[in-house]
Amino acid sequence: MRSGTVFFPEVASTMAARVDQLYLFLVGLTAFFTILIFTMFVVFMVKYRRREPNSIGARIHGGMILEVTWSVIPLLIVLGLFVWSAQIFFAFARPPAETLNVYAVGKQWMWKFQHMDGQREINELHVPVGRSVKMIMTSEDVLHDLFFPAFRVKADVIPGRYTHMWFEATKAGTYPLYCAEYCGTKHSGMIGQVVVMEPDDYQAWLTAGAQEGSLASAGEKLFQDLACNTCHRPDAQGRGPVLHNIYGKTVALQSGENVVVDEAYIRESILRPAAKVSAGFQPTMPSFQGLVSEEGVMELIEYVKSLQGPTANQAVRPTTSGPAPNENTPSQAPPTRN
Amino acid sequence: MPTNTYLNAATTLKSWLLTRDHKRIALMYIAGITFFFGIGGFFAALIRLELVTPAGDLLTDETYNKVFTMHGVMMVFFVLIPLIPASLGNFLLPLMLGTKDVAFPKLNLLSFYVYLFGSLFTLYAIVAGGLDTGWTFYTPFSTVASTSAVVPAALGIFINGFSSILTGLNFMVTIHKMRAPGLTWFRLPLFVWALYATSLIQVLGTPVVAITIVLVAAERIFGFGLFNPAVGGDPVLFQHLFWFYSHPAVYIMILPAMGVVSEVIAGMARKQIFGYSFVAFSSLGIAIVGFLVWGHHMFVAGQSIYSALVFSVLTFIVAIPSAVKVFNWTATMYKGSISWQTPMIYVAGFIGLFAIGGLTGLFLAAMGLDIHVTDTYFIVAHFHYVMVGGAIMGYMAGIHYWWPKITGRMYNEFLGKVSAAIVFIGFNLTFFPQFIAGYAGMPRRYHAYADAYQVWNVLSSAGASILAVGFTMPLLYLAWSLKNGEIAGDNPWGAVGLEWNTTSPPPTENFHTQPIVTWDAYEYPTPVEGHVV
Repeated sequence: MRSGTVFFPEVASTMAARVDQLYLFLVGLTAFFTILIFTMFVVFMVKYRRREPNSIGARIHGGMILEVTWSVIPLLIVLGLFVWSAQIFFAFARPPAETLNVYAVGKQWMWKFQHMDGQREINELHVPVGRSVKMIMTSEDVLHDLFFPAFRVKADVIPGRYTHMWFEATKAGTYPLYCAEYCGTKHSGMIGQVVVMEPDDYQAWLTAGAQEGSLASAGEKLFQDLACNTCHRPDAQGRGPVLHNIYGKTVALQSGENVVVDEAYIRESILRPAAKVSAGFQPTMPSFQGLVSEEGVMELIEYVKSLQGPTANQAVRPTTSGPAPNENTPSQAPPTRN
Repeated sequence: MPTNTYLNAATTLKSWLLTRDHKRIALMYIAGITFFFGIGGFFAALIRLELVTPAGDLLTDETYNKVFTMHGVMMVFFVLIPLIPASLGNFLLPLMLGTKDVAFPKLNLLSFYVYLFGSLFTLYAIVAGGLDTGWTFYTPFSTVASTSAVVPAALGIFINGFSSILTGLNFMVTIHKMRAPGLTWFRLPLFVWALYATSLIQVLGTPVVAITIVLVAAERIFGFGLFNPAVGGDPVLFQHLFWFYSHPAVYIMILPAMGVVSEVIAGMARKQIFGYSFVAFSSLGIAIVGFLVWGHHMFVAGQSIYSALVFSVLTFIVAIPSAVKVFNWTATMYKGSISWQTPMIYVAGFIGLFAIGGLTGLFLAAMGLDIHVTDTYFIVAHFHYVMVGGAIMGYMAGIHYWWPKITGRMYNEFLGKVSAAIVFIGFNLTFFPQFIAGYAGMPRRYHAYADAYQVWNVLSSAGASILAVGFTMPLLYLAWSLKNGEIAGDNPWGAVGLEWNTTSPPPTENFHTQPIVTWDAYEYPTPVEGHVV
């Protein structure tokens, strides 16, 4: 799995080249100023070395022009660097609208990945070339950090919430992935590999691995096993809100605030339902903390996300509020009716 | 040697242990700091030995994690934070102010014992039970997962924090109230300005980390859940609280070293510091803006992109006062009368290493680049360049510069220069390869690593053995000089400054007559007398 050189990891994502450019510029800047200052310092040491035991230095107290010059020029340089680096950061922090979503769960000391079509992997992640891949990540225990050196991206994986990261691989190959946030005894063993495949190979891999049904279908089964469907009915007669077409909407809360229904809100509503109760409903839902695993929560989320379009027995008008954000996967399950 | 000095004023053990003399307290701190530097260095040696090979073969993973944790805890809390303020600061502040002692001499002694008790308590805790959280104590690992001695270690660090707070308070009051007649703020040596800025951080910042550490202990004992997401807490909140202190703490380490560099350059070049007020105010600027940059430790921890933007731009801006200092020091050298004694060699090393340490900070302020390099060896290299290349090099320069004042004797000049050169070479060989390994993707705190990184680790470990020689040499020749060094005289460098206007070593009361200051700092009016070229 050797990739890259001893100086650089492989350049295998759209981010990688941009990050390397900034890095090389800063290496040049650092070399320039270090050599400039150190050379001047040593040259002055030599040129103005003490020749007479009792001699003293020239009486120079300062100079405003110099002070302004060497304050303003560095200031302009760092502000330029700020803009440059912020552009890269914004590209990293804001995934494109169309992404292939993959869920990741970190736990001491392994990585678990779940694909939309239901493939599960441990310490190995398969992704296609040329597609924007968004990781939706959480941890079962302590902090972790998913780091792909070849893509020049990493993000902390935090228990109790979802964090996101995206990348677009540009080159097929196998590259290392690491846990980059110290997580205990076998931290340095919490490693694996990302396998970047050509689209056709990726499709073949997907087809070969999809034995268990999609995440959404697994979520549907869990939804029934946990008896969620007794309250969350599609016909607005249940004790809980209708979940059809809810993903991506803004809903009003009892507290008077509004919240966008995204992965984080669905997760919170399953595990701590009393935290943000929808307006018009009683906080009667029990917590499912401890009853459903992080993977199970992810399946439920995908199920809720799949509930798009009119329901079977209620004439809901086709949604006019536009598509849900980041909704897209090729394996998007068809609207499930129940 | 003068007959009446603080060293021979009384010689019983009790006269040392219960002394209120800032100079004796400084020496006790130097002994304590040197002791903990030795222990921290021993752990560093174990780390470098383990990392010679990619496989984790020398230590178990559990032991390795404890070793790097102990290295960090010892070096940060018990060496770097007290390093210069408690030792050279304690010794010099009253001398530079032309006064007999600090404002609260008993409090000063208490600070020392709090330091000693807190640090020995932590040492006991982590040797007996071990600590595997890293020096950063990140939650929820430290609160719910770690089975090591987190509570005792945290308690020791908590106790130790009071030492830092009390010293800062003492220094601030001393600087405000104890200056000699005529010694106005803008006649103060720049070391005093640096100590003032440092004290400000110690007094304002340390209570925050103290309460944070108490919360970690309380969370472990009582299960409050403040940082535990399973009960609705927020693990990232800990990072905010922790870095609110621990980033400014970096400036507690580096600001006094910058002060030392100003003194050594002025004294060794016999010249007024170029742009005195710019250097003075840049210390305060660093102390203030330094409180507003903590979020740059959390660019990948899921904070909002807009707060990340603010922390990034402030981090870039905090680089400016440091750059201003370096430019002013370089300009001070111009047309100086520069002596090539050991302190100057160490300062030259400081300039080179601190330039790299400071400029590589820009890589981390740059958000888009920080995503890749954070939590890798790039970070490890960067902060060692600042803390060892900056703070420790500054301390070494200062110890050599004021050694004749502290002991009344000269160290061996040849060995001094050789040690400075060895430290410089060994340091670069140890830490420069870590920048490259980090960019190539090697994560920090890894007990075993991919083969591709081995070349850099072997170089680093080789450098560490050179560095060990460089740091052991001064210990030996400085100790040797205590009995055998040449008598220094009051002012061996021919420098100006109130500390050179008294005997070496000074009497207990510092000055035989109260100094009255009628001149600016570093004012060299006429050719001065000194016997060392």
